[in-house]
Amino acid sequence: MEYIIIIISAIFVNNIVLNKFLGICPFIGVSGKIETSIGMSGAVLFVMTIATLVTYLIQNYVLIPFGIGFMQTITFILVIASLVQLVEIILKKVSPSLYQALGIFLPLITTNCAVLGVAIMAGQQDLNLMESIVFAIANSIGFGLALITFAGLREHLELADVPAAMKGVPVAFVVAGLLAMAFMGFAGLV
Amino acid sequence: MNQLANFTKGFIRENPVFALFLGLCPTLGVTTTAINGMGMGLATTFVLLMANIVVALIKDFIPDKVRIPSFIVIIASFVTIVELTMQAYLPSLFDALGLFIPLIVVNCLVLGRAEAFASKNNLLSSAIDGLGMGLGFTFALTLLGAVREILGSGSIFGLKFIEGDGILIFVLSPGAFIALGYLIMIMNKFKKKEA
Repeated sequence: MEYIIIIISAIFVNNIVLNKFLGICPFIGVSGKIETSIGMSGAVLFVMTIATLVTYLIQNYVLIPFGIGFMQTITFILVIASLVQLVEIILKKVSPSLYQALGIFLPLITTNCAVLGVAIMAGQQDLNLMESIVFAIANSIGFGLALITFAGLREHLELADVPAAMKGVPVAFVVAGLLAMAFMGFAGLV
Repeated sequence: MNQLANFTKGFIRENPVFALFLGLCPTLGVTTTAINGMGMGLATTFVLLMANIVVALIKDFIPDKVRIPSFIVIIASFVTIVELTMQAYLPSLFDALGLFIPLIVVNCLVLGRAEAFASKNNLLSSAIDGLGMGLGFTFALTLLGAVREILGSGSIFGLKFIEGDGILIFVLSPGAFIALGYLIMIMNKFKKKEA
C-alpha cells in the first residue's frame, strides 16, 4: 500500500516536471519529437534508478556515520557524473543496440537536475532502500509521461499558426502551463 | 571585447533566461514571490562569480580531459558555502528555496559560463562576465517573481496592495510556465524592434 501511494503521488500528483520544476532543460530541449523524448525518458529511468540506489548507500553508510553530511552536494554530483560515464562505457560493451538508442542522451543527464533532485529528496523524506528505488522509478516514469505527452503536443503545435514573437519556446511554455493545469486535476488523489 | 559591453550583455541581449534558456528549473521553481526570485538570483550570482574567478585562475593547470569534473567540484564547493551560510543567517529564505539551493550545482548556466567563457578568458573579463550574467539572471528571476506575485497574491516584495487573494493560479505551477512564456514573448518583441 505504501508503495502504491509513493508511485501515484510521484507520477501524477507531485509530477517532477510539472509540479516540482525539475528537469525543465530536457523537457524543453528534447521534446521536439516523440521518438527522441522516448529515448530520453528511457535513459533517465536507467540513470535515476541506479543513481538513487548508489547515493542512498553513500548517504547512509558513509556520510552519516562519519558525520560529514555537509559534503552531500559535492559527493552526490561527483557520483552521478562518474556513474553516467560508467553506464555509458558498460552499455557500449554489453548492449550496443541499447547504447545506440540512449547514447546521445547519456552525457546530457549529468546536468539534468531531476537526477540529483530525486537523490536528495529521497534522503530528505527518510525513505528506506526499497522505497527509495520505487520513488526513483516512479519519478522517472512521471518524467517520461510529462515529456512524451508534451512532445506529442509540440508535434501538433508545429502546424499551428502562432504570432511571430510567440513562435518556438514562448508558445511551448504556455502549452506546458496548460498541461500543468491539467495535471492539477490529479491533486487530492492520494 | 570592451568590458562594459561584456558586463551589460547578460541583461537583455544574452539574458540567461529570456535569450539563452539556461537555468530554467530554479527560474520556474522559486519565483512565487519577488523576494524569493531575488534571493535565488543573488545566490546564483555569487556562485557564478566565484566559480568564474577560480576557473580563470587555475585553467592552465587543469588537464583538458578532466576539465568538466574539475569545474563541477569547484562549483559544488561554492554551492556548499552558500548553502551553509544561508542556513545560518537567512533560515526563512533557505526554507523557501529548499531543494533548489543544492541544485545550483546542476544549473547549466554556471557550468556553461565556466566552460564557454572563463576557461578561455583572463581573470578580469571572467569576473565581469560572471557578475553580469549573474545579475542578468537575478533581473529575470526578480521580474518573473514580481509578475507572479502581483497577479497571484496582489502584493509586491511582500507589501499587499489589494484586499483578499489574487489570481491563485499564478502562484501555483501552471502560472510559472504561462508567465514565463509571455515574458519571453515580450522580450522577443523588443528584440525585433531593435534589429
